[in-house]
Amino acid sequence: MTEEIIIAGFGGQGVLSMGKMLAYSAIMQHLEACWMPAYGPEMRGGTCNVMVSISHDKISSPVLRCFDTAIILNQPSMDKFESAVKPGGVLMYDPNGITRTPTRKDIRIFAVSATEEATRMNEPRIFNMIVLGAYLSVKPFLGLDHVVEGLRKSLPPRNHKLIPLNEKALRVGMGLITQP
Amino acid sequence: MKGNEALAEAAIRTGVDAFFGYPITPQSEVLEYLLQEDAQKRTGMVVLQTESETASINMVYGAACAGRRAMTSSSSPGISLMSEGISYLAGAELPGVIVNVARGGPGLGTIQPAQSDYFQATKAPGHGDFRQLVLAPASVQEMADFIPLAFDLAFKYRNPVMILSDGVIGQMMEKVYLPEPRPRMTEFPEWATIGKKPGKERKRITSLNLIPLEHEKHNQKLQAKYRQMEAEEIRYEEYLCQDAEYIMVAYGASARIASRAVEMARAKGIRVGLFRPVTLFPFPAPQIEALSLRVKGFLSIEMSAGQMIEDIRLAVGKNQRVEHFGRYGGLVHVPEEILEAFERFYMEPHGH
Repeated sequence: MTEEIIIAGFGGQGVLSMGKMLAYSAIMQHLEACWMPAYGPEMRGGTCNVMVSISHDKISSPVLRCFDTAIILNQPSMDKFESAVKPGGVLMYDPNGITRTPTRKDIRIFAVSATEEATRMNEPRIFNMIVLGAYLSVKPFLGLDHVVEGLRKSLPPRNHKLIPLNEKALRVGMGLITQP
Repeated sequence: MKGNEALAEAAIRTGVDAFFGYPITPQSEVLEYLLQEDAQKRTGMVVLQTESETASINMVYGAACAGRRAMTSSSSPGISLMSEGISYLAGAELPGVIVNVARGGPGLGTIQPAQSDYFQATKAPGHGDFRQLVLAPASVQEMADFIPLAFDLAFKYRNPVMILSDGVIGQMMEKVYLPEPRPRMTEFPEWATIGKKPGKERKRITSLNLIPLEHEKHNQKLQAKYRQMEAEEIRYEEYLCQDAEYIMVAYGASARIASRAVEMARAKGIRVGLFRPVTLFPFPAPQIEALSLRVKGFLSIEMSAGQMIEDIRLAVGKNQRVEHFGRYGGLVHVPEEILEAFERFYMEPHGH
């Protein structure tokens, strides 16, 4: 099993931390993981992305052109990465702020209304965890217990009190996916 | 852990006595981690943010004179500022570890990853006829492992050792097994200048020698040391080279990316292997020469306009074709374009 993911959006949406969580969760499940951020000027207000590779085997290239899954959180990232999904792969996005929806027919596309759900929960900041939850139910190779462990590892201790809320958001996200 | 953090944690665990550094992207996490982790409290290690890179390297010089394990880290422009100090370390035969998490140049260039400091690291890290050992990590694990190795080599040869990394390896996170903690040194080498003992001769450490005949002798001694490094310290890794008809040569992040290109080529039935120099000085020339006797061609993959390729050509001689494929100025290859370049050079009927 190898899963290569790109998560892309605006700086501040928690793109890098979502990636970190996935990578840590994989390690908790004794898989190999590699997290490669786009660092630099694009982090300061502009678009931001992170490539995460998870595998049973040693990870070769940390830098990739094509992905099994793209998690897209803004329009510029949609424009850039829709074409980077491998045929048969998954594109998951939050329709909030998306003006041109994806058009490809050879990939599985999931629109996850995470911002809407998060606003309903009165916790707008955890929208990214809802997206992540949806991803985990589309690609169910990580056990939720390992994800919660990964969350604990990737969050600084001062934020550990937020773990139950994040776990709840993950479950909400998982529930949003009806398609297999 | 990030590559930079793993390297910093390894420094604490290796019982390093002092780190002197000045922040610069993409290397700043080294200093940040050492301060955050309170290295000073954990082992008594001195961690100091200096006023400049020039100060850092000269503080390394000072600590090394006292026989201590001292290091600094920076990125390309900062390393250029250190070149005088590195030359002094070499001239005075002092151990020290210098980390370069390289970015694109020339000048201030870019903060994105590059491997365009290969010439600087392996040929001319400063003025004068000297060499430094150069280790090129290709994983977060090696960022950690190379710290104890670099100090062992630095003290074995009384010579500066550079860990030449890049923005990809420094910034990415992977699983890492941290090195076993080593105590800080309590006994120091006999050459260390830590106070004259009664009845003993005064020790002197300098890179200055105004008597030409003596200085030639000193240089000959240094050269003999570099030849010994070439004989004893070559490190490399081969991936699918055994039955290969073509060899990609790459180090650091490029080697990781090229390894995927090799796998993609293999899936198409093309017999390609990857040769990864782990030491850039000494360069694994004898191993590449041996390969050149049985393969059809080499492709050097570098995040530069072509620097390591000169060493490959020297090793290969006229035996075989050697081509270069580089992305540079802060751009990083993707595996697909490496494979495309390989096919352009070697699979199309008329080569180029």
